[in-house]
Amino acid sequence: MATQNIVVVGNGMVGHHYVDQLLQSGLDVAITVIGAEPRPAYDRVHLSEFFAGKKPEELALTTREFYQQNGVKAHFGDAVQEILRDEKAVVTEGGRRFDYDKLVLATGSYPFVPPIPGSSHQRCLTYRTIDDLGAIKSAAQGSKVGVVVGGGLLGLECANALKNLGMETHVVEFAPGLMGVQLDEGGSRMLRRKIEALDVTVHTSTATQDIVPGEDCKLRMNFADDKFLETDMIVFSAGIRPFDQLGRNAGLEIGARGGIVVDYHCRTTDENIFAIGECASLGNFIYGLVAPGYRMAEVAVSQLGSDKKVFKGADMSTKLKLLGVDVGSIGDAHGKGEGSTSYVFSDERAEVYKRINVSSDGKTLLGAVLVGDCDDYDTLLQYFLNGIELPDNPETLILPSVEGGAPQLGPAALPMAATVCSCHNVSKGSIVEAIDGGCCSLGDVKASTRASTGCGGCSALLKSVVDYELEARGVSVDKSICEHFPFTRQEIFHICKVENLRSFDELLAGHGTGRGCDICKPAVASILASLWNDYILNDKTAGLQDTNDRFLANMQKDGTYSVVPRVAGGEITPDKLIVLGEVAKKYNLYTKITGGQRIDLFGAHMGDLPAIWKELVDAGFETGHAYGKALRTVKSCVGSTWCRYGVQDSVSMAIYVENRYKGLRSPHKIKSAVSGCTRECAEAQSKDFGVIATENGWNLYVCGNGGMKPRHADLFATDLDDETLIRYVDRFLMFYVRTADRLQRTSVWLENLEGGLDYLREVVIDDKLGICAELEAQMAAVVGTYQCEWKTTIEDPEKAKRFRQFVNAPDEKDDNVIFVEERGQIRPARDDERDDIIAKSA
Amino acid sequence: MKVVKASDWQAVCRLSDLVENAGVCALMDDEQVAIFYLPGETPRLYAIGNRDPIGNANVLSRGIVGDVNGELVVASPLYKQHFSLTTGQCLEDDAVSIPVYEIALDGDVVKLGK
Ligand code: SRM
Ligand SMILES: Cc1cc2nc3c(=O)[nH]c(=O)nc-3n(C[C@H](O)[C@H](O)[C@H](O)COP(=O)(O)OP(=O)(O)OC[C@H]3O[C@@H](n4cnc5c(N)ncnc54)[C@H](O)[C@@H]3O)c2cc1C
Ligand code: SF4
Ligand code: FES
Repeated sequence: MATQNIVVVGNGMVGHHYVDQLLQSGLDVAITVIGAEPRPAYDRVHLSEFFAGKKPEELALTTREFYQQNGVKAHFGDAVQEILRDEKAVVTEGGRRFDYDKLVLATGSYPFVPPIPGSSHQRCLTYRTIDDLGAIKSAAQGSKVGVVVGGGLLGLECANALKNLGMETHVVEFAPGLMGVQLDEGGSRMLRRKIEALDVTVHTSTATQDIVPGEDCKLRMNFADDKFLETDMIVFSAGIRPFDQLGRNAGLEIGARGGIVVDYHCRTTDENIFAIGECASLGNFIYGLVAPGYRMAEVAVSQLGSDKKVFKGADMSTKLKLLGVDVGSIGDAHGKGEGSTSYVFSDERAEVYKRINVSSDGKTLLGAVLVGDCDDYDTLLQYFLNGIELPDNPETLILPSVEGGAPQLGPAALPMAATVCSCHNVSKGSIVEAIDGGCCSLGDVKASTRASTGCGGCSALLKSVVDYELEARGVSVDKSICEHFPFTRQEIFHICKVENLRSFDELLAGHGTGRGCDICKPAVASILASLWNDYILNDKTAGLQDTNDRFLANMQKDGTYSVVPRVAGGEITPDKLIVLGEVAKKYNLYTKITGGQRIDLFGAHMGDLPAIWKELVDAGFETGHAYGKALRTVKSCVGSTWCRYGVQDSVSMAIYVENRYKGLRSPHKIKSAVSGCTRECAEAQSKDFGVIATENGWNLYVCGNGGMKPRHADLFATDLDDETLIRYVDRFLMFYVRTADRLQRTSVWLENLEGGLDYLREVVIDDKLGICAELEAQMAAVVGTYQCEWKTTIEDPEKAKRFRQFVNAPDEKDDNVIFVEERGQIRPARDDERDDIIAKSA
Repeated sequence: MKVVKASDWQAVCRLSDLVENAGVCALMDDEQVAIFYLPGETPRLYAIGNRDPIGNANVLSRGIVGDVNGELVVASPLYKQHFSLTTGQCLEDDAVSIPVYEIALDGDVVKLGK
């Protein structure tokens, strides 16, 4: 058979999945993709993360290069206008024509904007594409109030975005409750209560009559009974409508509620045309979620081969977090089915609502609603999807856990057919298969099955299944830090804390074997320093330190050291600058401005370090910990003091932050920065924690990284006052210090933290673990016991003695250290230069 | 392996000049010798060349000591290769080794074999 021409219209999530699956099928086809949006497919599900700083390219699901490399012809920014069914061709708005053997429509849907007079005002927006987000962001500049019309799932997500953009936020819903599709009345009420507690005003049973220019704000929405609401912008999220116009015009059958009608094979009424995703209607139903769309894509691909699959509908259960509130909906949430019996648990104090709907014989779960606590979701979903028989007292499934309560469905109880990841349709069976096929870690299984690489909602379940299966095969995942301790760093931290251990020897005697090594010793030294904050070069701990820590300076390639005094926030007086210059001249040091806004003096002989530091300390300098796994620098921009754009005093804040956390020993180095406005001249979003000034206070970003694998920091909390900012940073840093692996920067730590950013917020902001008081107290202890290590060192002659280059010849210098001059300063000689110099001097 | 035999001994420092479970450097004629004091081991003193032949700098006395599968080693502070304190062998590269010196304690005087 000749190569078939496949033309795919629409490059959204489902259209892309189709192409991806088709490429993987190995079928002999020529693929053409035509997308109306200017960019290749991106992750619409995580669209809102754009507001937390994600760049369009980070949301991308594919790239032009990927398509090119795989022989896919892709055209973006040109919508298909017409299908010429008789000629088997499509024509675009730009006038291009493409012939097809098979046509796939994956045009998705568009937001419905109710025909209210005034709704075409330029401050009336929608929420569907990256371009929409750009428009929302720019409308938000200078807006104080924002309204979302529509209290469904997407509307509430959008409300969250508006709130994060700093606006007074309202939700206006036509129906009597929020999320009427997924929640019953009780759940909806609890959700409303929780959302209102977050300062989002909810107006239900409210219909907008028209939108006119406002008095206090830019717009006014008029409701019935002379009521009105003033706002600066409106986002419509009042439902979606399938993009079915192409099919309609071409005479394909259209469903009663819109959408191009398809059969179980995702074929339309033209056998050469398929429709998949949100533009398709199966049995008069449109599946507005990504997982069913992916299934349709797979089914449509399979029609081109011999193993033809069918799509008979999909589960629409969802679990999500809206404005920080956990919400879950499974199956028949409203309990409308015949004989459905329900159990309800409601705790108004903890603001938790749970309901299950059970068959009349009490054996099967028909549906569930969870608001405020989704811990039971995974278990309930498995009961529902797999028809597992319920325990005798089904209510125990949702009652707060008391001793002897119903057991959670463990991974062992799941049947092989159970779906673990619905985004990528991965069953427990395929995970077991992957493990039998050689995968031996969570990462391997993810890479091989793609489980948990979609919405991420299944990550906890996936981990428990993988752990269980690996364990069953006797694979124990070795997380020991090294051969001397069968523990992780976190476990060693706890042992030292609980047993009040102060030395490596005590720890080794009680919990380790052998003599230790260059991996466990510095790790333990760091833990002891974080816990007790003693001088790091006392007799018990000096030998544990990495070379740089042991000599309180960074070793260079020739064995000399660099000297980096602290210059908090990058602010330095002329007098201190002069001192640095004088010291550098006196000890013949190379000087350079570092990337961390301070000055590094290179080429110091070990024996000169105490004398150099004596001069620096006398002039008021302190150690900069450039050698330590500790706080390094807090960069600042000049901020409101001088800059015409600055809205807060970023320099003062940076200096305060640097002085507060200086000396804090941690699993890896910690960097920070404070910018005076959104222009972000201090690059705070590339730091372990970054602070950016707003009109109302400070936005806190966490877990950014420059270096080898850059990561943009995540927006953690907004508009904080000084005190709250510092309190959150205290907790954040101490939680990191306690739980990270050795040499794990905050960025990698967060990537590995189960529950991710949301969990981190729960711990740090909501005090979910109840440890915040302890974290703060520990930070207060560290801050209160700060000492400049160099000052302590030069004041103790016994300690200063350790810097002698040779025990038996204190005044000799290392003759291997040879400098040459370049641009008026010293630098280490290269090997050839060195040989030359040695030959000449001989 | 190059072992320097003790034809005669040279006093270099006192025991109190050494740092427990760590190294110092002594100058013997023109040679730099790294001396390690491990109070929990027998013997307690070890001496090897101070030069790291991989990093090409005189730094081994400033490395962390410990053991790899029971073998006493120092890790170079530059690029972290391990050198045996008893044989001078580099654990990561069979072709690389460094000198080992005789060392002894006479009262509280530390002596190196010349
Ligand atoms: C001196 C300096 C370069 C300069 O001339 O500007 C520097 C020099 C070194 N950096 Fe750096 N880094 C310097 C700023 C940076 C920055 C920029 C910044 O801080 O704004 C980065 C990227 C930001 C970041 O860390 O996220 C940076 C990312 C690294 C990394 C990669 C870290 C990562 O997570 O990928 C390393 C390697 C490591 O830590 O494992 C590193 C390691 C080093 C070491 C310690 C390598 C070594 O072991 O010898 C260098 C020796 C410092 C010395 O002798 O004093 N340096 N290094 C900068 C000192 C800043 C300061 O005032 O303390
Ligand atoms: C903010 C937000 C949050 C969401 N959260 C979730 C969630 O948590 N879980 C979940 O399962 N789902 C979620 N969804 C829904 C999910 O994004 C959609 O189900 C999914 O994107 C549907 O994929 P699709 O390919 O059918 O449509 P789309 O992704 O909309 O793609 C259709 C593409 O076709 C293009 N197109 C349209 N007409 C033409 C034409 N004539 N010619 C060429 N191209 C055309 C469109 O421009 C678009 O790029 C969310 C959606 C939004 C907006
Ligand atoms: S971040 Fe803003 S305040 Fe700071 S220097 Fe840049 S423009 Fe000025
Ligand atoms: S369910 Fe979405 S990634 Fe697995």
